[in-house]
Amino acid sequence: MNIDVAIVALPLLGALIVGLGNRRLGDHAAQYITSGLMLLAMVLSWIVFFDVTGSGVARTTEIFTWFETGTFRAAWAVRIDQLSAVMLIVVNTVSAMVHVYSIGYMHHDKSVPRFMAYLTLFTFCMLMLVTADNFIQMFFGWEGVGLSSYLLIGFWFDRPSANAAAIKAFLVNRVGDFGFALGIMGVFLVFGTVEFKPVFDAVLTGNVPPSFDFLGYQVPTLEALCLLLFIGAMGKSAQLFLHTWLPDAMEGPTPVSALIHAATMVTAGVFMVCRLSPMFEYAPIAKDVVTIVGASTAFFAATIGLTQNDIKRVIAYSTCSQLGYMFFAAGVGAYGAAMFHLFTHAFFKALLFLCAGSVIHAMSGEQDMRKMGGIYKLIPITYGLMWIGNLALAGVGIPGVYGFAGFYSKDSILESAFAAHSGVGMYAFWLGIIGAVMTAFYSWRLIYLTFHNQPRASHEVMHHVHESPWVMLAPLFVLAAGALGAGIIWYESFVGHHMAEFWGQAVHFAATNHVPHEAHNVPLWVKLIPLFAGLTGIALASYAYMVQKGLPAAVAGALRPLYLLSYNKWYFDEIYDALFVRPALVLGRFLWKGGDGAIVDGAINGFAWLTGDYLAKRFARLQTGYVYHYAFVMLIGIVALVTWYIFAFGK
Amino acid sequence: MPILSLTTFLPLVGAALILILKGDEAAVARNARYVALWTSLITFAVSLVIWFQFDRTVEGFQFVEQVEWLPALGINYHMGVDGISMTFVLLSTLLTPICILASWETIEKRVKEYMVAFLGLETLMVGTFCALDFVTFYVFFECVLIPMYLIIGIWGGPRRVYSAIKFFLFTLAGSVLMLLAILAMYQLAGTTDIPTLMAFTFDPDIQFWLWLALFASFAVKVPMWPVHTWLPDAHVEAPTAGSVILAGVLLKMGAYGFLRFSIPMLPEASAYFTPLVYALSIVAVIYTSLVALAQEDMKKLIAYSSVAHMGFVTAGIFSMNQQGIEGALFQMLAHGVVSGALFLCVGVIYDRLHTREIARYGGLVHNMPRYAFVFLIFTMASVGLPGTAGFIGEFLIMVGVFQDSTWVALFIATGLILGAAYMLWLYRRVVFGELTKDDVRAMADMSWREKAVFAPLVILVFWMGIYPVSFTSIFGPTVEAFVRDYGPRMEAVAEGGLDAALIAPALAMEQSEAAAPAAGSQ
Repeated sequence: MNIDVAIVALPLLGALIVGLGNRRLGDHAAQYITSGLMLLAMVLSWIVFFDVTGSGVARTTEIFTWFETGTFRAAWAVRIDQLSAVMLIVVNTVSAMVHVYSIGYMHHDKSVPRFMAYLTLFTFCMLMLVTADNFIQMFFGWEGVGLSSYLLIGFWFDRPSANAAAIKAFLVNRVGDFGFALGIMGVFLVFGTVEFKPVFDAVLTGNVPPSFDFLGYQVPTLEALCLLLFIGAMGKSAQLFLHTWLPDAMEGPTPVSALIHAATMVTAGVFMVCRLSPMFEYAPIAKDVVTIVGASTAFFAATIGLTQNDIKRVIAYSTCSQLGYMFFAAGVGAYGAAMFHLFTHAFFKALLFLCAGSVIHAMSGEQDMRKMGGIYKLIPITYGLMWIGNLALAGVGIPGVYGFAGFYSKDSILESAFAAHSGVGMYAFWLGIIGAVMTAFYSWRLIYLTFHNQPRASHEVMHHVHESPWVMLAPLFVLAAGALGAGIIWYESFVGHHMAEFWGQAVHFAATNHVPHEAHNVPLWVKLIPLFAGLTGIALASYAYMVQKGLPAAVAGALRPLYLLSYNKWYFDEIYDALFVRPALVLGRFLWKGGDGAIVDGAINGFAWLTGDYLAKRFARLQTGYVYHYAFVMLIGIVALVTWYIFAFGK
Repeated sequence: MPILSLTTFLPLVGAALILILKGDEAAVARNARYVALWTSLITFAVSLVIWFQFDRTVEGFQFVEQVEWLPALGINYHMGVDGISMTFVLLSTLLTPICILASWETIEKRVKEYMVAFLGLETLMVGTFCALDFVTFYVFFECVLIPMYLIIGIWGGPRRVYSAIKFFLFTLAGSVLMLLAILAMYQLAGTTDIPTLMAFTFDPDIQFWLWLALFASFAVKVPMWPVHTWLPDAHVEAPTAGSVILAGVLLKMGAYGFLRFSIPMLPEASAYFTPLVYALSIVAVIYTSLVALAQEDMKKLIAYSSVAHMGFVTAGIFSMNQQGIEGALFQMLAHGVVSGALFLCVGVIYDRLHTREIARYGGLVHNMPRYAFVFLIFTMASVGLPGTAGFIGEFLIMVGVFQDSTWVALFIATGLILGAAYMLWLYRRVVFGELTKDDVRAMADMSWREKAVFAPLVILVFWMGIYPVSFTSIFGPTVEAFVRDYGPRMEAVAEGGLDAALIAPALAMEQSEAAAPAAGSQ
């Protein structure tokens, strides 16, 4: 068994041992087995990462055939190239750290083995996703991480809110997967294969029909396919309109939020767009859509983050917003910058979530920032690490000397957007700048509300506040090292001068795509404004929460409609509930009672009754006076119409 | 060795043994159980020979047996399986011992008769899939009704008589029309031999009526919307094992009928009616999924989900390409395993609390963790999660249908979302939440017998999901030949509409002459 396969197989092994052994193994064995295997997988993935990025040789190990139906063929495979190698280290490093952290964080829980097994199962599915060499295995990983996410969000299954959030996450993701699946079908229809290599080769050699028939229209091939696939990415990465599940997903234990809902799973959409760069590069409209959706999400989620009171929800909206940045980077063609931000974000966002977990741990489970405050002296290590995470998120640094991780990655995204020199590029650039101000503002608002000023928790809670044990702090240091160093160390490789050798063939840039190159030649003010935006946000938050403490309430009062819009998350949940959820239930009940009960069975029973009765009564019976009877007859009419339509014009 | 006949009639030997059992009631019941279990296990073992000896590289019928039955009428006893029917023989022989084991303790009255009915049912199911003579097929196909009617009517729930009669009337109404079609085909072609009929070309005018007559019978069996309403009632009242067989095997007979009769014998008419089948499939998927959302009864919910899943199957069959048909066959198998298992899951808790009302449960994960785990596996398989059996068929069907009509693919793909909604909501209400009710708290986790019932199904769900090639390699050559032989005739109609169907005979004659040697028997 080679090392690539081992990296993917080790988490599966852990999940199987601990998942099936469960109670018999006991808590400690479960923790040590899964964490041990994950640490091993982490070490192996770093070896593979340096090997692949050093040698530049990509490889695929095919394990066995999965699908073989006519020309529809797909194999279980492990594809290692620069792109998947980056994902391997992101996934396995954060996952290993979260496993170790969970030993401490979850030790009071009564279902430790189940938790560890789910985490490891998640890691396995995520690795299958990133190492796929065909669309179908990617879809396997895609839905597999959805399952793990569902199980982990609903981990505390006694809570109705956790169950609701878990189902919501699964269903909203399914809406995205609906698009993804249709995209895969379209790929097969057009290319006659679902394996990446032949598809990419066909695109790069220009061997693509310009259009194909979709829903009766001749649509441009690559545009349509990319847009369908992007719907999947929007679902998984919680982009605007399909974002509603992510904040609710915070019902899961905090380590889950760090691993799945910040560092890895939610970035799968960004990874997908980069993986499919050979297709997206030749679909300019689809790229513009990606840019607009990403930029809008970056702005929109940040506005909500400003007013939330739950510490985890603030970070969740921040994640949503940062994913938007990655998308618009990919949308303007700066895949390197998108992956770079994905990479650095994984470290500092996981760090922030785990710090938040440490705070929650210290505050006896409290998550509401209004009931915190004044604890920075009591948990100084967590406090310091939170600063590092936030400085990285806000993108603070000294140009030309040193910067935290986000300083490099976020700047290169904004520079790329500017360098696109297009309308959508400027839209993304300016929304990104405003977003950066808000990012810094809500990050420091979080720090001040959580750690500073007078304690607002009860005396008893304050009495128990304590620094977390070392098993929880040690992983935080590793992630903090990433937040401190990942930017400066890998800047040149991901987006700088060594970019071409670093990415090799893994990411494709069309000959007309000058964005990655142009991004280095933007005016000085463009290079400086992201930093300035971050510092402005920090200054504003400091003034509002440390100096002029009445200001936030006054502003909220003065701009009450805007405040309520933000506080209520732009009312998306309410709108979706009224538009989709309740109508589906009402319709289901109506079809059941009215359709199956009254009409179909009524017709059958009526038929029996007719044979022994008068004709006149039959006609009277048709006029039942019930609305649903008529409605149902109408439905049958619609079926007849649709049938006729397909008969006449279909095919 | 006539392996197909052996598999078909071996259960009858066991049934005869049970019939001659004598002694006090308890002893007879116990012996009847053991005889039935061993008979069905031996039958399964025998049927494995078919699995291993089946040649996966060739099309056409294998293990063929043929003896004269009614020589005056030219009707033979003709048996054989190809890639389309072979797996269903094994599905039947696999599910029967599982059902007998599942009924071990729950059936307390008239055990002897129950076991005889089940073994008789097995004979008829296997016979249906093996028969290569239309009359033989009809006899098996129709007689299946009798033991099923008895199983629902005698060992069923409170409204069992109503349900049994409804079930009987629906299916019988369709069957009468099929009998008419068989008679007409015999008149026209002079034979009831299935391979011969598959190569015969009927006049498109008459095809139109023959197709509708067959459709009436098969659509009820599938069941397709709107003749599906017998199914929820039958499932609700049937004993657990009855539901398993009903969902697992009986529903497949309708779809099998489309593949064995409607399309090969009446390809022009099939092409002509494809839009109708598509439209009904779309309605089945969306309509019954929405209805499933509103259910308060566990069995009804799963029954409606069956209609939705079978909607995928009918759409896949009529897409008439390799992926669509193989997907449909796979989905039929997967649905047989998964929905069978889901009914068993309902059975496990029904046996403990004697109610199917979803609201009476909740929080089972606390006191029945193993049950929760097994139920989760099958819920996810039903939802079509990749890696489980449910995904492969559903996805292949959508890939196949997409090639034929993107609109239809778009509509049935909504089943991905709706299916997840009703299944996850069911799971959440039954398994998750706090354990508040005392009688629910008293429920014990699965027994050894119950684990033994589920073990093979769990293995199968993952095997089918991770290495489906074991199964698709069986379908492959047969489906390839199927599409090659009948596809062009259907395309001619699809492109030219009904007019083409009317001028098709001459065209089809040429093609059938070319195709006859390949499509004919051996």
